[in-house]
Amino acid sequence: MRLARFIPPVLMVILTAFVTPNSLAQLPPLKAQKAKPAEVIHIASAANFSMAMKQLIAEFESQHNNAGRVKASYGSSGKIYAQIKHGAPFQLFFSADQEKPQALFNSGLTVGKPITYAVGALALWSNNAEFKQREQQKLQTGQFNKLALANPKLAPYGAAALEVLESLNLISTTRSKWVLGENVAQAYQFVASGNAELGFIALSQVIHNSHNDDYWALPRHLYKPIKQDLVVLKRGEHSQLVNAFLAFIKSDQGQRIIHSHGYTSLDTKEPSQ
Amino acid sequence: MILSPADLAAIGLTLRLASTVTIILLIIGTPIAWWLAKTQSWLKGPVAAIVALPLVLPPTVLGFYLLIAMGPNGFIGELTQSLGLGTLPFTFWGLVVASVIYSMPFVIQPIHNAMEALGERPLEVAATLRAGPIDRFFTIVLPLAKPGFISASILGFAHTVGEFGVILMIGGNIPDETRVVSVQVYDHVESLEYAQAHTLSALLVIFSFLVLLTLYWSQRRSRNATIGVMK
Repeated sequence: MRLARFIPPVLMVILTAFVTPNSLAQLPPLKAQKAKPAEVIHIASAANFSMAMKQLIAEFESQHNNAGRVKASYGSSGKIYAQIKHGAPFQLFFSADQEKPQALFNSGLTVGKPITYAVGALALWSNNAEFKQREQQKLQTGQFNKLALANPKLAPYGAAALEVLESLNLISTTRSKWVLGENVAQAYQFVASGNAELGFIALSQVIHNSHNDDYWALPRHLYKPIKQDLVVLKRGEHSQLVNAFLAFIKSDQGQRIIHSHGYTSLDTKEPSQ
Repeated sequence: MILSPADLAAIGLTLRLASTVTIILLIIGTPIAWWLAKTQSWLKGPVAAIVALPLVLPPTVLGFYLLIAMGPNGFIGELTQSLGLGTLPFTFWGLVVASVIYSMPFVIQPIHNAMEALGERPLEVAATLRAGPIDRFFTIVLPLAKPGFISASILGFAHTVGEFGVILMIGGNIPDETRVVSVQVYDHVESLEYAQAHTLSALLVIFSFLVLLTLYWSQRRSRNATIGVMK
């Protein structure tokens, strides 16, 4: 009985000890938020662009003193497209191709035409030391167990890989060794885990964690440019932050980041159509 | 409702995979279930937990580890290579191995429960009639645990048909080899072929419903039968 009377004050002391520093620490930002609420935009991006996007967002947010926040979801363009058609709350969509932004534009879900924000490049990569600098030769002589590529039906990088094989006249000789990833990230996984000795992947996936001689950056004449388009969606129509983010991507700094991730020859000033 | 040749091939492959996996699981699952039902060993807990693990693990975890373990540098991969079998990912038998692991709890647990429910008494009675252990297993345990085996087969088969995440990660989407129905549906959806996706998906829904309906009917019948015997 007597003990019970002591418990509430003791609890109070303990609780205050825990709560006070936290609540004190939280007070200033809370006040700041009340003064000027930070705008948040939600964007959806193709998985192949995720590395570049993360850096773009970090630089953009730090430039804006974190007054605006960009929240990104990454996935396959097909899935994002279906989600947008069914009301997903994105303001910007960075696709891995041109068809899906165009289709959204045609069905009136966008503000303005699609814009090309990056042109992807294809690389042939192996995680096997024996293959180093000899990827091209191994591919042409058929000395490998499996060839990983993104599913050409689903992924633009897969379609580009198919064009390369076509240009090199290697379709019929390699077809039995193809293993298809649902996207280029999975093709990368198959090679990284050693299950496929060769794989067509996005240059952006290896440019940062490999030396230049670890992969074969395929000559541009072997495949059509992998143009990646973005669209502003209806939900982003009057957002200042969306416009600021787009301007940042077109700026020299934004372009430098995109280039550093293995994408090239951008023409963001011109609509793609 | 017109199925393309690719859809039909995927259905055929799925049925072949599910049948193979179910048969293998019945063969290796029965002794494990029997051991679990009878043992007093401290290992019972850990073994039961391992068997149940695929129930709670996300398929991505299973697929990721299998991709690494069955790869050329993984321990399963090194074993299969030393046996001259090559590596398992991207092959039908790779999917069989993965599905055996993935569907294991759905086969072992019903058999285990049925065997445990038998109790000691029928076996003791049989022993007094001089039935040996093997004789007892085949003439007492198997017939009395039959409802458990039926549930196990249906669930194991259906669960393998419904497998997706693991197969996506280790399959490589090869026609007639690893492109099963669930992957084919995914491909249709991803490439915006919603009509074909609908057809295959509707077939899967109908199939799954019929399977579960069969399961509940067979369970009710066997319960009634058991009650009849008791009376």
